[in-house]
Amino acid sequence: MPADRLHVSALRKSFGANVVLRELDFALAPGEIHALVGSNGAGKSTFSKILAGLLPRAAGGLKLDGRDYRPVDRRAAHAAGVVMVLQELSVLPTLSVAENLFLGDLPARFGGLLDIRRLHERARAALDRVGLGTLDPDTPASALGVGHQQLIEIAAGLAQECRVLILDEPTAALTGAETETLFALLRDLRARDVSILYISHRLDEIAGLADRVSVLRDGRLVATRPARTTSHQELVELMAGAAAAAITAARAPTPGEPVLRLRDISAGHVVRSVSLEVRSGEIVGLGGLVGAGRTELLRAIFGADPLDGGSILLDADAAPFHPTSTRAAVQRGLAFIPEDRKHHGLFGPLSVVVNASIARLPTRGLVVIDRGDEAAAADRVIAALQVRCAGPEQPIVELSGGNQQKVVIGRWLGREVRVWLLDEPTRGVDVSARRGIHALLRERAEAGAALLVASSDYDELAALCDRVIVLSRGVVAGEFTAATLNPAAFTTAAFREFATAPFPNN
Amino acid sequence: MPRLRHYSEFLFLALLLAALAGLFGVLSDHFWSVATLQTITNRIPALALAALGMTFVLIAGGIDLSVGSVSAVAGAVFGWCVADHNLSVGVAFGAALTAALGCGLLNGTLVNVLLMPSFIVTLGVLEAARGAAYLVTGSQTKYLGEKLGWLQDSVAGLGLSGAFLLAAGLTIGAQFVLTRTVLGRQMVAVGTNAEAARLVGISPSRIRAIVFALAGGLAGLAGLCHVARLGAADPNAGSGIELSAIAAAVIGGTSLMGGRGSMLATFIGVLIIATLEAGLAHLGVSEPMKRVATGIVIVGAVGAEAVRARLAARRMRLAA
Repeated sequence: MPADRLHVSALRKSFGANVVLRELDFALAPGEIHALVGSNGAGKSTFSKILAGLLPRAAGGLKLDGRDYRPVDRRAAHAAGVVMVLQELSVLPTLSVAENLFLGDLPARFGGLLDIRRLHERARAALDRVGLGTLDPDTPASALGVGHQQLIEIAAGLAQECRVLILDEPTAALTGAETETLFALLRDLRARDVSILYISHRLDEIAGLADRVSVLRDGRLVATRPARTTSHQELVELMAGAAAAAITAARAPTPGEPVLRLRDISAGHVVRSVSLEVRSGEIVGLGGLVGAGRTELLRAIFGADPLDGGSILLDADAAPFHPTSTRAAVQRGLAFIPEDRKHHGLFGPLSVVVNASIARLPTRGLVVIDRGDEAAAADRVIAALQVRCAGPEQPIVELSGGNQQKVVIGRWLGREVRVWLLDEPTRGVDVSARRGIHALLRERAEAGAALLVASSDYDELAALCDRVIVLSRGVVAGEFTAATLNPAAFTTAAFREFATAPFPNN
Repeated sequence: MPRLRHYSEFLFLALLLAALAGLFGVLSDHFWSVATLQTITNRIPALALAALGMTFVLIAGGIDLSVGSVSAVAGAVFGWCVADHNLSVGVAFGAALTAALGCGLLNGTLVNVLLMPSFIVTLGVLEAARGAAYLVTGSQTKYLGEKLGWLQDSVAGLGLSGAFLLAAGLTIGAQFVLTRTVLGRQMVAVGTNAEAARLVGISPSRIRAIVFALAGGLAGLAGLCHVARLGAADPNAGSGIELSAIAAAVIGGTSLMGGRGSMLATFIGVLIIATLEAGLAHLGVSEPMKRVATGIVIVGAVGAEAVRARLAARRMRLAA
């Protein structure tokens, strides 16, 4: 075995108090396809972003072909021959395929005039390599489907000379045929001595494609194994960790009557036929991998996205509740805490008071805001959740993420909420804020509400929830009580639909 | 602190207005007179009403380019009722306002149903409504005399017209709606972050329908004020007023990105534009030069305010 192409030793990275990578060691051989797997939050994305120069200032050693490698940005990583194809699409829809491919390096003549002929020549060569040789380089990118756009991304990555190629869930949007094209391409690159780091949830793909597979857990490399001879079961156990963490939180003694009943819910191309029940006084967790359909399910219940099928029953109602609008859902006693706080939760430039009172404005008569009551309600939110701010008039955008989230949750305390739908309620939130939010949710449950909490964080589900339901590719793949929940079984359930149904996009 | 920030904004606008008035007082011997005051207050109401509606729409995150044409539709319908059909002033007034409100509702409905940017929808309605005003009047100015005298006559010897008092009163009313009612708060929320507003149970489409209807109705009133001042219904009335209304709102600190604005500040913005026009006329400045000067004042006022806000933010950071 020659020297490592890429050698990583004791890599550390944290965001504030949140440690993502702790002493990560990793080696990538020349001309190998190396798969990287791990549960949500294991550190895969952070790791790959550091390699690609998207996250500078990590501590620890990085060596590329034996030389120190410290990419300060994406450009520097490219210059060193390390290219990452981003998971989220960055194709510009108004430009042509060719322009998208070479946006950072458009060929010019006479110091600035676009050399269209040379651009198209180079584009054709690049497209040929990803099996899109028949595609006209002049096609507007907006005319392409998501799968093709993903291939364009990959072609753009390959258009430059690279020694290390990083792919993060490249097949998520690809059809079976497109996936095969991609795999053939990757094998071809391997034969030409390119090292490929391949991040995927799809264990079935890995066995057929990769040479070796490495498992990350809690920011550490726990194992590197030959990909062909390592079973799914073995990988799942490695991802979950052998010793199951004991569950500590105190539980409500007995839950009451069902408050939210879902029957065969389908929504948003992902969620298929989900049935579940949440009782009064109960906190039910929704676990699963990214793309499992947790957000889609919560949004459909709340009326934020259309419900494609199935029925929602509230309390003891015989007639199903049709969430025609978020307004109707709120009036019926539902509350929703979105995952994307900045874009879906905050009124950034507005004050803490306005943000805290927006879900229910106290009025005198029907229309006039009672400012005294409004201020008092905001003060109660600030006090109950210990929101740290310069004062109630401070613009909320100036608060820390944890304090913003406290206000986003606290704004619902003024309403009689029967059903809380929470999507990643403590993402990007520091430890003490998380504790405060958990205490509040528990208290709401004890007051008789029903809570459905989607979280990518196993520890959060284990610490907070009375029951945990695992979604895998939009279906219920497992249900655990506090007593039966353990990381291995949880992870097996989360991967269930990914391991058994190779290419459902066909 | 933010309350204080509000006051400093107002102070800035008031100083700008005083500076303009002072400047014209020095440059022209006759600027400071009752006649000038009357000229200014006479010109204000139509623009002020249109600007109030514009401010509502801007705060909710849209824009309404059709207010000038819609004001002409209201005037045209009024003239058609009174001059062509001998209907009573009351009926004509109601019909005119209904037509304008209808235009506003059309704007809101198109924005909501077609999910098109309001800039495009109201650009279309700007053209269509102007055409409608020509059709209704047969492309002719209809002379009506003193039919709306109560809007034009000065009230109780104040030297201020009924229309001016109406505009001032509605400014206060609009400010109340904006800052003290649930509806006003919801407008700000939708303009700041429509998706976040939707996810707390506010219907952004309902709010949009309301602000466009308000803008239409207020534009209709603006058109009737114009009729009262001229004593005639002119299908060309109010052309270009949408740009002055946007200018007044923006001078008053309203954000074109939505979520931020004040009716009182918009009113001061209108006063600044009217004072500028009257003052330049006093100085005998030619029409082209007037427009150059107005443009400079608009950009200068907004630019100075932006600099002031940045400095204030920096001071706050240093203090923190």
